[in-house]
Amino acid sequence: MSYLADDNEGVKYLLLGNEAIARGALEAGVKVACGYPGTPSSEIMESLSRVAHERNIYVEWSTNEKLAMEVAAAGSFAKLRSMCVMKQNGVNVGSDFLLHLALSGTRGGMVLIPCEDPGAISSINEGEARMFARMLEIPLLEPGDFQELKDMVKWAFDLSEEIGNLVMVRSVTRLSHGSGNVKCGKLPEIDTDVHAEFTCDGFMLDPDKGAMITMPVDHFHDQLQEKVKKARDIFEDCPFNTYHGPEKPELLIITSSACNLYSKEAIALLDVEDRVGLLKLGTTWPLPPKLIKKYLSKTDKILIVEEVLPFMEENVKVLAAEMVPEIGGKTFYGKNAGNLPTLGELNPDLVATALKTILGVEYEDMPETYEKKAQVATLRCAPRRELTFCPGCPHRASFWSIHNALQLDGRKGFVCGDIGCYGLGFLPAGFNTVKLLHAMGSGIGVASGFGQLRQFGMDQAVVAVCGDSTFFHAGINGLFNAVHHNSDVTFIVLDNGGTAMTGFQPHPGLTVNAMGDEVPSLDIAAICSALAVRVEIGDPFDLEETQETLTELMQDKKGVKVLILRKNCALSPERKGKIEYEMHIDEQICIGENCGCNRLCTRIFRCPGLVWNNEKKTSRIDEAICVGCGVCADICPAGAIQRKEVA
Amino acid sequence: MASAQLSIDPYNIIIAGVGGQGNVVLSRILGNMLSRRGYFITVGESFGGTQRGGSVMSHLRVSARSIWSPLIPKGRADMVIALEPSEGIRVLAHYGNPKVKILSNTRAIHPVGVIAGELQYPSIEEIKKSAHELASDAWFIDATDEALRLGNPILGNIIMLGAFSGLSALPLEKESFREVILEMMPEDKLDMNLKAYELGAEMLRRVVLDTTSRNKPGSGAMNVI
Repeated sequence: MSYLADDNEGVKYLLLGNEAIARGALEAGVKVACGYPGTPSSEIMESLSRVAHERNIYVEWSTNEKLAMEVAAAGSFAKLRSMCVMKQNGVNVGSDFLLHLALSGTRGGMVLIPCEDPGAISSINEGEARMFARMLEIPLLEPGDFQELKDMVKWAFDLSEEIGNLVMVRSVTRLSHGSGNVKCGKLPEIDTDVHAEFTCDGFMLDPDKGAMITMPVDHFHDQLQEKVKKARDIFEDCPFNTYHGPEKPELLIITSSACNLYSKEAIALLDVEDRVGLLKLGTTWPLPPKLIKKYLSKTDKILIVEEVLPFMEENVKVLAAEMVPEIGGKTFYGKNAGNLPTLGELNPDLVATALKTILGVEYEDMPETYEKKAQVATLRCAPRRELTFCPGCPHRASFWSIHNALQLDGRKGFVCGDIGCYGLGFLPAGFNTVKLLHAMGSGIGVASGFGQLRQFGMDQAVVAVCGDSTFFHAGINGLFNAVHHNSDVTFIVLDNGGTAMTGFQPHPGLTVNAMGDEVPSLDIAAICSALAVRVEIGDPFDLEETQETLTELMQDKKGVKVLILRKNCALSPERKGKIEYEMHIDEQICIGENCGCNRLCTRIFRCPGLVWNNEKKTSRIDEAICVGCGVCADICPAGAIQRKEVA
Repeated sequence: MASAQLSIDPYNIIIAGVGGQGNVVLSRILGNMLSRRGYFITVGESFGGTQRGGSVMSHLRVSARSIWSPLIPKGRADMVIALEPSEGIRVLAHYGNPKVKILSNTRAIHPVGVIAGELQYPSIEEIKKSAHELASDAWFIDATDEALRLGNPILGNIIMLGAFSGLSALPLEKESFREVILEMMPEDKLDMNLKAYELGAEMLRRVVLDTTSRNKPGSGAMNVI
């Protein structure tokens, strides 16, 4: 979206939340932007990478989140504005570096942007990075709408320079992947003759000219606490803390982030604008005590609305407890009191329900008779949709072979999964072969442990799968551990040519970087071969050969064996829209349920492009969905599924 | 730019479909078309890796007053645009109300449970019946079938958008569609998209005429455009 870099001050656009964040960074004059792909954060870096050359910015998809923080920090140490972007659990990955970075402080404005996923819409956790802000003693900002995503990101750079430390700006799925109208601000002049330099020859403890170290710790910890106090004082008058409502509300809502919009909507739904005040906090750590006191004094009843855990609630309560002598005791509603859930994302209805109970007002969201009728219709007309791999996905073929090889092996083997689309291998889509799924790189890590349990009599086949991007991110460490300790593991790299799940961001195995420039690529096969272990390379669409190789590797019980299955993702630019085979069912040959295969194709293989024709009782190719990968022709024992090469 | 008042404000649209059908692109085009008319637009959606083959939903809220929650409150949808027919019914259990209207594609995408024989997919007649029971108006368009004739099933979402413009529920013009497409896509995609958009509007006109003439037996004049 080139308009993100247009000089269009004052113009309003409908921006994706993540584009608004990118625009805020551009308006702040960011020079170094790093991240690791992860939903819902990826579009921030993608937006910046599109304008990197035009705006003279260095944009990097780093190998993992810790590296993203480190590379961005180098920019800050050289007095450039820098940022790092990731999904919530990415902050965990880099937290060790962050602990020390917060202590050493920063120079050029540096902003950390975790995009979190309450409700785990695109995650396998709903963890929060907010607690890190308190733990690391750095300021936390939470924009409350789309305009604020842009404005507050821009402001975060100023704040970071003002206090000389990292600032965290937290977004959530409903903001990052939502869209709203945003009025653009001024873009700075493109600075082409910037001269970066890391000044480090001054007095050791000089924050601007000394070394960036954290010793003596007591000195730097003291500095850190002074910085966060300074941020707290700035927050007392911050324009991003706003109040709407009556002078003396019956109930005060304190909220932040997307919950600001849910709360606003709930107040409108219940028509209680004259009874409820809405204090939206943009600065949620540290809380500004004078401001909190001013609003707590307005009423005796307070409802705190936030996602996911009661972070702000607890912090407000600490302040309120200290203020009792001046403002008296208050009644708090929220998560601890059970008015709102402590898990999952919130929405206007959950806030409305809480308000309804607290205020004793009537509100009907849906007529009961209608609701019953609609539920019956859903049961009848909307069959559940289980997640599956896309038509033409190499993972379906890979798991088909893995499943068959495990069955042939016959030792109750299992697959340690990892983070990527192939994590769905625990579902029927992957023939339920994946039995463990945790963090990036943990598949091979845990497998490395299982591979040692032969000492205690364990004799199951241990298989780990890992995508190409995950291999570089954290998988490689697990591999080193497994090889060095001679663990009995079959390690399968599902190499689909990019960070596919999040939209084909480049990784160290590719020849281009985030900015489209040519870069050296690292060869996974060569890396594995250098570890002096057996390495095989295969095409997952060749089912027979893959199964043969896998069976052989599993039988070989000595140490780590590596199989690299290479096939680009079906949605990759290389394959999307390109049909390799025209698929066809020979209805004379397909004898449907009378075939001994028991509908292997549709009952087990379950590709969305291959459906069951209930009238003819044969399989049928759905031409709107099939992408012509040709794999299903090899699973039909009768040869009824046929492929013809597209010229 | 001052935007015209809406009789329902915010006007709440849900675009329902299956991952890969172009939900997100459709909500962005529609949102941008209306944003150009000066409306406040708020969109909420779910996309990413875990939507593979699953139900997807975009919430689009149009207002002359302000932005709203990116999630529509329960029971508050005004229009459901269903890129897949069973998905249109699914969203009503949470967002429907007796006044809601449905514009639906007719082409089914079978869930893997149906392909496997564990679940049943309803006939399009059953879906139409449910839609008419639950909505104040329901229109069904063979969008994917026509898109396949145009050469690419993904154009089904643009055909549905064209059909929605034909309902005149909101001020949507072909010119703003053209501008938005040019901004979002390479220029060589414009003609095909315009064709799909116009086709959708025309298909809706035929469906409306057909319904009107069926509801008023004997009024043969309705068949004349």
